[in-house]
Amino acid sequence: MTDPSPGAGYTASELLAVMSGRLLEDGQIVFAGVGIPLLAATLAQRLHAPGLTILFEGGTIGPFIVPGELPPSTNEQRCTRRANMLLTITDTLLLLQRGYVDVGFMGGAQIDIHGNLNSSFIGDPQRPTTRLPGSGGGNDIASLTRMIVAMKHEKRRFVDKVDFITSPGFLAGGESRSASGLIAGGMYRVVTDLAILGFDEASRRMRIDSLHPGVTLQQVQDNTGFELLRAPTIGATEPPSARELAVLREFDPDRLYTA
Amino acid sequence: MVESYLDLRGKIASRDRSLREKVMSLEEACKLVRDGDHVALGGCTLSRTPMAMIWALIRAGRKNLTVSRSIVSTEGDLLFASGAGARIVTSWFSQGIVWGVSKVMRQYTETGRAKFEEWSHMAMGLRYRAGAMGVPFMPMRSMMGSDVAGQLDSWREMTCPFTGEKLMLVPALNPDVALVHVQRCDPYGNAQIDGLQFMDIDIPMAATRVILTTERIVSNDQIRRAPDQTKIPFFTVDAVVEVPFGSAPHECYGLYEPYFGHLDSYAEATKRDPEAGVKQYLDRHYHGPKNWAEYLGLLGIENMLDASRRGRSIHDD
Repeated sequence: MTDPSPGAGYTASELLAVMSGRLLEDGQIVFAGVGIPLLAATLAQRLHAPGLTILFEGGTIGPFIVPGELPPSTNEQRCTRRANMLLTITDTLLLLQRGYVDVGFMGGAQIDIHGNLNSSFIGDPQRPTTRLPGSGGGNDIASLTRMIVAMKHEKRRFVDKVDFITSPGFLAGGESRSASGLIAGGMYRVVTDLAILGFDEASRRMRIDSLHPGVTLQQVQDNTGFELLRAPTIGATEPPSARELAVLREFDPDRLYTA
Repeated sequence: MVESYLDLRGKIASRDRSLREKVMSLEEACKLVRDGDHVALGGCTLSRTPMAMIWALIRAGRKNLTVSRSIVSTEGDLLFASGAGARIVTSWFSQGIVWGVSKVMRQYTETGRAKFEEWSHMAMGLRYRAGAMGVPFMPMRSMMGSDVAGQLDSWREMTCPFTGEKLMLVPALNPDVALVHVQRCDPYGNAQIDGLQFMDIDIPMAATRVILTTERIVSNDQIRRAPDQTKIPFFTVDAVVEVPFGSAPHECYGLYEPYFGHLDSYAEATKRDPEAGVKQYLDRHYHGPKNWAEYLGLLGIENMLDASRRGRSIHDD
């Protein structure tokens, strides 16, 4: 585990939620997965982006999550509070294909150098060590829109090549994503508890953009299973504010998503 | 892979599509499902799961079913472990993210005892929609380039004749039977759904037979007072079964939320020992009770009251 330094006053998950929430902008339409993305989008909506429209694949358009009532997936009635509209799942996912969504926002179990995500199999897919739950809407979101991924930064999660591409990033890098038929969208940012990472425009390899408080470049590299590129200027993120943490804890008092 | 169009039409033509009453018991409705059928489940994850009908099919000893659903939760564990389900076609399969990966799903799929066929969520939706539309496939722009497609063989890629772009074609799903749980319907099967609709408008249209379970049966007059609320037309429906709390321990929008305490203990028991945990659960909750009321009794009156209070709170704003 890569918990922030003791005494930081927040957990790794809380850091993830705050840092990724900051990337969302007022007026955007964000397609959010369950867990940290749902929480981070809700946080952004309450703080700097009141006009953020959240979509959940269960069929909810523009809800406001009630503090302390986080849903166990994006498909329960808790997701629908004060929504503008409820659609079918299929029609909600088709909003991605039509181009209405600014940002897709998901968690990740395993990611590789080109931002491909695996949530299906650990090991050989024919004889897996672990069968994971699968794509859900992940493949569709990653195929059809600009993506933010929030995940813990661990060597076993950041691998050179994923065992299985569930949700496509830039596939083999370069132009391979568009050549496969995925002509829109792509990985935008990977937010971890150590850093914010982007992708090189040409090679589509993962790159360190900025570091969280007290984290070194070496520490990020040490927790990554492949060589990371470095942005010409490495930024430094501001630590979570008391207000951000207070709102986060109001929404998740039982630490359902932020243990 | 895809049924012939004339065969599909023939099956519709041979059904009695008249405005007739079709109220029956869970046990009678079971007769509409045969071993080996493809059974599509309405709802999604923990919502409006047709649990009572799944419960009845497992009790009736149905075998070798292919089961499809948008997202599969605990009912998938129970279908595998009971032997009723041999293959599950879905986009995501585990109890729910807060409980982690299902150990029962892992046990059955990793040892090859049962199959979990994974499609993207939109692919599942468009496959049912193609089935509902009476066309053999739908084009879409996701799943290309991924290993999700690489694992499957029943899709095709085409070059669009208008734009020259690559498109993914996913084949229609026309289930033998659809099981859908709704808040209310009339004795003819006109069904009204509150809240999230999931894929439950396309699924009955795509299926050859439809079994509705409903929290309550209302009069046809009541349906006719608000026909805009009717989401499933009577002529697609073959059976109507009134089952209060028919999705328990999952939720039914506006009536009850998931029984979280019960789901926590299920997760705990199946994590400790997936094989024995799920078998004990089936023995106690599926094979033990005399009827659905006894099953609900086992879930506990306090849990039911708590789930109901939370479920109805959506109307309190």
